[in-house]
Amino acid sequence: MPLIELKKICKTYSETKVPVEALRDVDLEIEKGEFSAIVGPSGSGKTTALNIIGGLDDPTSGQIIVDGHDISTLKKDEMINFRLHHIGFVFQAYNLIPVFTARENVEFIMLLQKISKEEREKRAIELLTAVGLADRIDSRPSELSGGQQQRVAVARALASHPSFVLADEPTANLDSKSAISLLELMEVLNHEYGMTFVFSTHDSRVIKRAHRVITLVDGMIASDVLNTSAHEN
Amino acid sequence: MLIQLAWKNLWRNKKRTLIAASSIFFAVVLSVFMRSVQKGSFDYMIHITRSSQPGYIQVHGKEFWDKRSLDQSIVIDSKEQKQFREIPNVTSVVPRLESFSLISFGSATKVASIIGTEPTSEDQMTRLKSKVIAGTYLDNTSDGILVAEGLAKTLKVSVGDSIVLFGQGYQGMTAAALLPVAGIVKFNFPAQNEKSVYLNLHTAQWLFAAPDRITSLSFMIGNIRYLKPITGEIRSVCGNRFEIMTWEEMMPELVQMIQSKIAAASIMLMILYLVVGFGIFATVMMFTNERLREFGMLISIGMRKIRLICVTFIETIFISFIGVAAGSIIGFIIVFYGMRHPIRLTGETAEMMLSYGFEPLLTFDITPALFTDQVVIVTIIALVSAIYPLMFIRRLKPVKALHSL
Ligand SMILES: Nc1ncnc2c1ncn2[C@@H]1O[C@H](COP(=O)(O)OP(=O)(O)OP(=O)(O)O)[C@@H](O)[C@H]1O
Ligand SMILES: [Mg+2]
Repeated sequence: MPLIELKKICKTYSETKVPVEALRDVDLEIEKGEFSAIVGPSGSGKTTALNIIGGLDDPTSGQIIVDGHDISTLKKDEMINFRLHHIGFVFQAYNLIPVFTARENVEFIMLLQKISKEEREKRAIELLTAVGLADRIDSRPSELSGGQQQRVAVARALASHPSFVLADEPTANLDSKSAISLLELMEVLNHEYGMTFVFSTHDSRVIKRAHRVITLVDGMIASDVLNTSAHEN
Repeated sequence: MLIQLAWKNLWRNKKRTLIAASSIFFAVVLSVFMRSVQKGSFDYMIHITRSSQPGYIQVHGKEFWDKRSLDQSIVIDSKEQKQFREIPNVTSVVPRLESFSLISFGSATKVASIIGTEPTSEDQMTRLKSKVIAGTYLDNTSDGILVAEGLAKTLKVSVGDSIVLFGQGYQGMTAAALLPVAGIVKFNFPAQNEKSVYLNLHTAQWLFAAPDRITSLSFMIGNIRYLKPITGEIRSVCGNRFEIMTWEEMMPELVQMIQSKIAAASIMLMILYLVVGFGIFATVMMFTNERLREFGMLISIGMRKIRLICVTFIETIFISFIGVAAGSIIGFIIVFYGMRHPIRLTGETAEMMLSYGFEPLLTFDITPALFTDQVVIVTIIALVSAIYPLMFIRRLKPVKALHSL
C-alpha cells in the first residue's frame, strides 16, 4: 500500500471572480522512503498539491489516503491531530517560534505530542546534532542564518516521528550553497532514517538531487520520472 | 512550556508590553489612592459628625425628631439603660434632655439650645471636655453650665458669671434659673458655636420640671459595621415604644453628599478604566494580528487552536497582571504611608471643611476591597481583550495565514 495516495484530486478556487482550477484529476502514489520533488512553473499547483497532501486544505473532489487514513473524512481538530502525529512540515519561511531557541523549537512539537521532558531533550539534541547544529542548540532563530533556520525546521519535522516530511520550497529563501547543503542534509536523513520526503522546488540544482521528479503543468501531472543519476550520488 | 512561551512572547516588544502594563499600573495606583482617600475621609467625616451630637444611633420619643419639644420626652429607667449599655460593641450611651430657652446676661438676650447631659459619657462620645477653652468641665454634681464660645462672646459673659435661663418647661411649666458659668467650649461648627449651652442632666431635668425624663438616648458604637445588629438589639430591648434612628436617617444630607461624591468618583474611575481597557484591547489586537503567519505555522504543524488560544490568553493575563501587581504594591505603600501621615489640606477646601467642623485632613483607609476590586476590574478587561485573539484564531485558516504577506 502506498504511503500517500491521491485519487482524482481536483481543486478549484472559486472565491475568485474567475474560478481557478489549480489541480485537475491528479492521481499520484508516493511510497515509503521516497525522496520526491514536485516541480513545475509558477502557478502550476505545487503548493496546492502539497497543502492537500498535508491536510491543510481540502480538495474540491477526489480522495486522499495518507498512511492508510482517508483524511478527507477527518474533522478539523482530528485533522490537526493527524498532522501532529503523521506529518512533518518544513515551510519556505516563518518556520520557527522566534522567542524560542533551536532546542525549544524542536522540543515544542514533542510537547504538543505529550512526550516526556527527558525524551524531548534527548531527541532535540540528537536531531540538532544530526542536522549539524550541535553548537547552535541554544541560539534563537534571529541568531541563525536562513540555512540554519531551515535545518532547525527539518530537525523539528523529524522530531515528531512523522510518516513523512512535506516541504514547500524549503530552499526558496536560501542562497544556492545553503540550498544544496540543506538538500544534502535531507538526503542523508532520507537515507539513514528512511524518512520519506516530498518537496516542491523551482531550483534546477535541487531538482537534480530528487530521486523522483513529478512535474505539474496547469494543475495536471505532465511527467513523473525516476532520477536514476540522483540515486547514484 | 506554554506558559513559558506566553511569557517570552510578552517581551518580543518590550516597550509595548511595558506601556500596556504601566497604563494598568497607573490606573490601579490612582484608583487605590482615590478610593482610599475617599473612604478614609468619609469614615473620618462620619466619625466626626457622629461623635458631635446625635451619635450613630439615637432612641427618642415618637415625633421628637420633627417637633423637638419636651412634650415628646421619654422615661427610660436605669434598668433599661443598663441593658442598652450592655449590648456588645456599644461603646457609650448618652442620655440627654434638650430644649430651647432664652439666655440673658446683662442687657443681652439670645435663644440658646440647652443640652442636659451626663458629663462623663458625653465626653466619651463627643470629646466635649477637650473643647473647653476656659474654666472647667462639668462633673456629675456640678450645677454650672458650659457656654459655647460664640455665644459667650455675644453675651459678653465669662467664667464665674451667673446667667439667667428663661423658657418653657415640660407640660407648660415655666423654666427659669440663675446658673454660674463653669466653662467656655469652642466648636468648629459655627451653628453649634453660636447656640450651645451644656449642663448636667439632672440640672436640666430640674430646670425644665421634667424629673427622670430625657429627650434622647444616643449610642456610640465600636464600628459602623455593627450598626444594623445593634439597632436590632436596641429594638428588642425597648420594643416599639420609641423611635430608633440611625445616623443615616438623622443626617440624610450627609449620606447624600457621600453618595454623590462616591458616584462622581466612580464615574471618573470607570472612564479611566474604559480608556485603559481600550488600550489593552488595542495592544492585544496588534499583538495578535502581527503573528498571523506564526499562528498559521503552529496550527499547520499540529498545534490545536485551543492551545494557541490558551497561550494568547495567558499573555493577556500576564500583561494585565504585571500592572495590577506593581500597582497594588505601590498603591499599598502610598496608602499605608498616608494612613500614618494624613495630608493636611490648605486653601479653599480646607476652609470649607473647617466651616463644617472638620479638621482639614486627607485621611486614608485601607481595606482588602481596595485591591480586590482592581483585580476584578482588570480581570474583566483581560477577559474582554482575550476575546479578540480567540475569535482571530478560531477563524484562522492555516493555508491563508501562511501565505499572507
Ligand atoms: N487561495 C487561493 N485563491 C485563489 N486562487 C489560488 C489560491 N491559491 C492558489 N491559487 C491559484 O491556484 C493556482 C495554483 O497555485 P499554487 O500556489 O498551487 O501554484 P505553485 O505551483 O505553488 O506556484 P509557485 O511556484 O508560484 O509557488 C494558481 O493559479 C494560483 O493563482
Ligand atoms: Mg507554491
